[in-house]
Amino acid sequence: MYDFAYHKPTNLADAAKLIGAKKDGRLLAGGQTLLPTMKQRLAQPSDLVDLAGVAELRGIKAEGGGVTVGAMTTHYAAHTSPELRKAIKALAKLAGGIGDPAVRNRGTLGGSIANADPAADYPAALVGLGATVNTNQRKIAADDFFKGLFETALKPGEIVLSVSFPAPKRAAYRKFANPASRYAIVGVFVAETANGVRVAVTGAGPKVFRATALEQALAKKFAPESLAGASVPAAGLNSDLHASAEYRAHLIGVMAKRAVAAALK
Amino acid sequence: MTITVNLTVNGQKVTRQVEARTLLVQLLREHLDLTGTHVGCDTSQCGACVVQVDGVSAKACTLLAAQCEGANVLTIEGLAKDGKLHPMQEAFREHHGLQCGFCTPGMVMSALDIVRRHPSPDEATIRKELEGNLCRCTGYHNIVKAVAAGAKAMRG
Ligand SMILES: Cc1cc2nc3c(=O)[nH]c(=O)nc-3n(C[C@H](O)[C@H](O)[C@H](O)COP(=O)(O)OP(=O)(O)OC[C@H]3O[C@@H](n4cnc5c(N)ncnc54)[C@H](O)[C@@H]3O)c2cc1C
Ligand code: FES
Ligand code: FES
Repeated sequence: MYDFAYHKPTNLADAAKLIGAKKDGRLLAGGQTLLPTMKQRLAQPSDLVDLAGVAELRGIKAEGGGVTVGAMTTHYAAHTSPELRKAIKALAKLAGGIGDPAVRNRGTLGGSIANADPAADYPAALVGLGATVNTNQRKIAADDFFKGLFETALKPGEIVLSVSFPAPKRAAYRKFANPASRYAIVGVFVAETANGVRVAVTGAGPKVFRATALEQALAKKFAPESLAGASVPAAGLNSDLHASAEYRAHLIGVMAKRAVAAALK
Repeated sequence: MTITVNLTVNGQKVTRQVEARTLLVQLLREHLDLTGTHVGCDTSQCGACVVQVDGVSAKACTLLAAQCEGANVLTIEGLAKDGKLHPMQEAFREHHGLQCGFCTPGMVMSALDIVRRHPSPDEATIRKELEGNLCRCTGYHNIVKAVAAGAKAMRG
């Protein structure tokens, strides 16, 4: 790892000022992605601005039919939060399935979505629930947040403060996990919401996407059998040593059915 | 950039000047001579470097020393008291939960994190919770037995 200057601001204004002033600076949250990347010398920031001391990024608040989760909430804190479990159980459960216990103790919601790994779990929940990303500059709908492979709508220096998730009528997430890393080979988040059915798929393509054919099938009746005959085309899906595009397309159907069945339980 | 870090390691206050890029595991092994915390993969996968930071498990190879300013760090060296092994260490010895021993410090530290969250873990829970710890000698069967026995001994 190349050396860098380390900063630990204690409030949001200072963090924004610091990251705004450093052209090659990076925000540091849990470090569970950024530090391995820096160790491999794939990233070489001049400055790290550690967000651990910024109180504005903490906390989980249930409010008005939804829940707002601070960017620095660890996967473990999200998994074990009684408020979150009560408001959106599928989301709390998803957080408990990320990586392994030591990763969950440090990895954060903000870091996960800012990183936008195509196989990460949280992006499926944001898109599946129609969440809103709150930054220090604006609000961004989840549908507009994930732009591509490791690419988001965030501008340089923009800080994710929290994510607001509307509570669905019912929802569930199922992933076919890579047996080594636990990242999703295919993960499907289904939700029956006030504005219709949403099906978000992670792990399968270059970024999280909505499976509109499955959404339409489920709109008629929210039940696993509605998905018989509906499918996502393999064209454009990832093909790698873990799974071919055809296999991923097949897994999307299987995970979607399991998620719908789980949501109905 | 050189920084000063102050933290507590195994109950002792320490202050060191380190480069900002120094990992916690380097601080422990190279600056404090606490070589019980191992580096297996250095890519955040194997769990050989697991320690406790403020009471919860963390991979010391994926954590900057700078992030541990003011923290309370517990390593494998901090478990035995007055020459007597911690019940979890004793359980690993008793149940032959190690072969070469390389993964063992991380296994024991992760086992303590499991007991913190699940005081009476069943076998399925232990296997699932050890997801982040790899053993190249594939001694998992006895490791799982050791964790269950250690948990029981800790319940008293
Ligand atoms: C062994 C292992 C297994 C894993 N398995 C999974 C898995 O199964 N599923 C999964 O989804 N993930 C998995 N991960 C990734 C893990 O969830 C990371 O915690 C997460 O991707 C990054 O979060 P972080 O808090 O560690 O962020 P960091 O690594 O600190 O930062 C990541 C990026 O986000 C930026 N950033 C951080 N916070 C903010 C903010 N508030 N605003 C703007 N930008 C910000 C940083 O600048 C950096 O570019 C795994 C990681 C490891 C090491
Ligand atoms: S050395 Fe830290 S996880 Fe392998
Ligand atoms: S005992 Fe050898 S690696 Fe586990």
